[in-house]
Amino acid sequence: MSTNPVLQLDRVTRVHGTGELAVHALREVSFEAHPGELIAVMGPSGSGKSTLLTIAGGLDEPNAGRVLVEGADLVAAGQSGRAKLRRTSIGYVFQDFNLIPALTAAENVSLPLELDGTPARAARAAAVAALEEVGVADLADRFPDEMSGGQQQRVAIARAVVGERRLILADEPTGALDSVTGEEILRLLRARCDAGAAGVLVTHEPRHAGWADRVVYLRDGLVVDESGAALAAGEGVNA
Amino acid sequence: MSVKHALLALLEPEPMYGYQLRSAFEERTAELWPLNIGQVYTTLSRLERDGLVEGGETNAEGQQLYRLTAAGKDELAEWFGSAVPRTQPPREELAIKIALAVGSSGLDVTAVIQKQRSATMTALQSYTRAKRATTDLAHGLVLDALVFDAEAEIRWLDHCEARLRQAQRDGAR
Ligand SMILES: Nc1ncnc2c1ncn2[C@@H]1O[C@H](COP(=O)(O)OP(=O)(O)OP(=O)(O)O)[C@@H](O)[C@H]1O
Ligand SMILES: [Mg+2]
Repeated sequence: MSTNPVLQLDRVTRVHGTGELAVHALREVSFEAHPGELIAVMGPSGSGKSTLLTIAGGLDEPNAGRVLVEGADLVAAGQSGRAKLRRTSIGYVFQDFNLIPALTAAENVSLPLELDGTPARAARAAAVAALEEVGVADLADRFPDEMSGGQQQRVAIARAVVGERRLILADEPTGALDSVTGEEILRLLRARCDAGAAGVLVTHEPRHAGWADRVVYLRDGLVVDESGAALAAGEGVNA
Repeated sequence: MSVKHALLALLEPEPMYGYQLRSAFEERTAELWPLNIGQVYTTLSRLERDGLVEGGETNAEGQQLYRLTAAGKDELAEWFGSAVPRTQPPREELAIKIALAVGSSGLDVTAVIQKQRSATMTALQSYTRAKRATTDLAHGLVLDALVFDAEAEIRWLDHCEARLRQAQRDGAR
């Protein structure tokens, strides 16, 4: 592919703990996500999927290896550089939503934009548009504890796609959703990628992985296989 | 369902008589597929003709002992190394194949499972691409049927792998 990757992991290793208790969550994992690509990551519980995503999102640091987002080295970027990237370039959907309880749905979604200097009124408009996209615009002024699990999940997704995010990282974003709503979320992620973003989706659902161009299989912190790579490469970015 | 490959897999650990092959097959595959003894013998004679098995000594009842040849081993390895095509009915072929793989010595069953998982995922990806391309509700629902069917197969493969890991852990203790 001729484009530069949005995300590049180069022999990333992450070990939790030391000595006898050390857990090798990732062992020299390398992969790239290009503009237009949606990549699914699958594997049993404990295989390292969330670890991989938090490192890609600059929320955790590797013990060895490099992580580049749009060419910028996340380790070299430092605390503030990473925070800036998270506000502007990286959208993240957490396995457990992670909405701020004291903020309404719209405030949760507009927060990264406001922190980055977008005026309140414009940030609110963008937030409502993102909530509209995931079908919960009518809940804009509700607090997280006034919403169902599935509704909170949609707000979390709106927060990840608001603004022009170049890299969307989603950890089990369809967990609490019924099959039709889950598919809407996948269509939305897919549309964002077709428009030029790169996406990495962690999922246990084969049906949802089917929306990806490539499926990467993790076992005990190792990438053991990949499905659909040749197809994705053959079809190019605009497929 | 490939009776030919099933017999090769059953002969892999040790030579057997025809009647033993039949009961071993039914035992291993939970009687999912009843096999008649005539089928066993016609298949064995074809396998012998093709050099994949060879007939050995005869017992008191006049029954012949069959064993796998080197060519038979290669044929079996190739079967385990390739995915079951999704178009081929009946779908139990996959269940039987995995059941036979679990009983084979020195075979990387996880690799057999992953090969199938990846092939089925590739099919699932192509059904999904077709879904994205259609706006027709009825067509979309038919594609959904294929999607859910492929998903069920992948989930079952995940389950097989997890059970296998568990069995290996228990065995290692
Ligand atoms: N902070 C931590 N301290 C110690 N070990 C950790 C820590 N975080 C994760 N681990 C371990 O690292 C391994 C990978 O965990 P990870 O959360 O990446 O798995 P996962 O693939 O996301 O699993 P799941 O499907 O259950 O979400 C596990 O063995 C886990 O116990
Ligand atoms: Mg996880």
